[in-house]
Amino acid sequence: MTKTDFPPSILSRPTYGVLSPRPGPAHLLIADGAGAGAVLDLLGAADAGMAGGSHLIYLPGPDGTDRTAELAALALAQFHRAPSFAAALPRLRKVLGDAHMGVQIYLAGSEGLIGQAQREVMEAGLPHDAVQTEHRGSWVRRVQCVHCKGITENVATDPFLCSHCGLALFVRDHYSRRIAAFQGVNIDAEDPGSVPPPVEKFR
Amino acid sequence: MGLTFKDETFREDFTFFNSPAAIRRFPFPFPEDSYMYSVNMEPHVPGRPGSVFEKTFDVDEHYVAEMRERARVLAEDPLRCQSLPHMTLAGWDLLELIMEAKAREYPDWFSLQRDGNRWHWINRPLEIEQTFTFLDETTLPCGPMEYITRQTQGDFSLQDQRNDNLWMDAGMVTTQADWSLDFDLGMNFFEWHAPVPLAHEKQIFTRALKFLMNVQHGAPARRFNWTMTIDPLLDTSPENYPKWGPSRATLTPENVGRRMHLRVELQTFFRLPRSNALAFPIRCYLIRFEELATQPKWARRLHRVIRDLPDELAAYKGFLRNKPIMVDYLAQFDDGTPTSPGWWAD
Ligand code: HEM
Repeated sequence: MTKTDFPPSILSRPTYGVLSPRPGPAHLLIADGAGAGAVLDLLGAADAGMAGGSHLIYLPGPDGTDRTAELAALALAQFHRAPSFAAALPRLRKVLGDAHMGVQIYLAGSEGLIGQAQREVMEAGLPHDAVQTEHRGSWVRRVQCVHCKGITENVATDPFLCSHCGLALFVRDHYSRRIAAFQGVNIDAEDPGSVPPPVEKFR
Repeated sequence: MGLTFKDETFREDFTFFNSPAAIRRFPFPFPEDSYMYSVNMEPHVPGRPGSVFEKTFDVDEHYVAEMRERARVLAEDPLRCQSLPHMTLAGWDLLELIMEAKAREYPDWFSLQRDGNRWHWINRPLEIEQTFTFLDETTLPCGPMEYITRQTQGDFSLQDQRNDNLWMDAGMVTTQADWSLDFDLGMNFFEWHAPVPLAHEKQIFTRALKFLMNVQHGAPARRFNWTMTIDPLLDTSPENYPKWGPSRATLTPENVGRRMHLRVELQTFFRLPRSNALAFPIRCYLIRFEELATQPKWARRLHRVIRDLPDELAAYKGFLRNKPIMVDYLAQFDDGTPTSPGWWAD
């Protein structure tokens, strides 16, 4: 699978490109699930020196895709397989805090992973243009309930039930990079109880 | 100043209403018989005496009750007031702008004495007296933006200007037309406007942004926006939509005149001197259809505007399902005679 073509949308909805190697003293790669394919393509296109300057943090995708073995075989300077984004976070923050100017950052995989990693990069104060992103694999969404503020991960259907407050929410394309989530709004607020059947929109 | 501040509510028993004087000065937002989005900006210069344009920050009969309502919303949801760390200076700029304007334009109610950085502020309607050190946050009970906007009608957002864009990095938002500060905080001009239909295609936002980035200190601008609200509910937030949403299913031909309100936002734009941020006060005025119908020109015109409004806009503004009831009600005031140009009542 290659680059995802999302349907046209509103301007707050993130868009993604294709990773391409850039010169730099160090390369930080963060990927999940099918994002492994983007990492493999990236290193395949790069000159041989890149692997020796690369640190890859990889986690299984929201659909269970896990290509750890192939990535481990790349013989990068540092490779870390984390079981989840939450588990990867302390390491990611340390690495971003230690990063020097000129570091190149590559994010690949699900939107939830890319969005959360991008937020960490921004909060670490690294320049926006040091970051490249590529979406691969699952389309599931990270959605914030605008009512209770709880975030539901891996939302596949519209509407869905908020995993925190239980309200039936419809999924907007309106997206906050600060929260790294799409917005969920109660679908039956005006006519309580009339919730249309969920449709699988984000595989 | 012969104004008395009304004791009224914007929730539960909804005792809010406009006095005859408040109806006459209501900022009716339609200069013609139809409406479409446009870059409707003009200089924010003092307007007709008695009008809402007379002063920099209009203070009206609802002032004290609106501030009480704001305090209740904030107690229930502190996320309605947020300021990213780099926006504190803009908060002080805003505090200075408002205190100076109010003390100058409403000397009976507000006073500001400055002795170097030692400032002494008196707000008589709210019975507040505060001595503090300008630019020293520890001398106020809360941040400067929160402090002054708890004493000023209307919502506020503060935009940082960088990378050829405006960034909504702070705000006090408790009387909003269904958008979330907590969600939009940190977005740029195009991102927070993303949900608006039709306007992007008309290049309205690229032109509006260019205009705003060039607003100069001392030369503020203004524009109107409007929507519809059932009952005089100031806090039509997305956060509380499950609480107020059901009211939209309760409108009838019998109660539409009493319960449906035209909600007008007088939006102003001020460049702030120290931070170079752009302050965006959004002042909300409500008027029930029955009150509006006392001005024949307004009722006639509103009928035509609502009748001919594209469904896309009525849906975005949240009244598509009630549009037929509204149009039927307003039709009784429209005898087909022409309306005079401009928004002033005849
Ligand atoms: C810094 C200044 C401004 C801020 C902070 C701001 C903020 C907003 C927000 C939060 C919304 C609601 C969007 C949503 O979530 O649905 C909105 C709507 C809108 N804005 Fe702005 N805005 C600003 C300036 C302008 C200007 C200068 C224009 C001029 C054309 C404009 C035109 C509109 C329009 C047409 C809508 C849709 C309103 C409706 O139909 O009810 N805005 N704005």
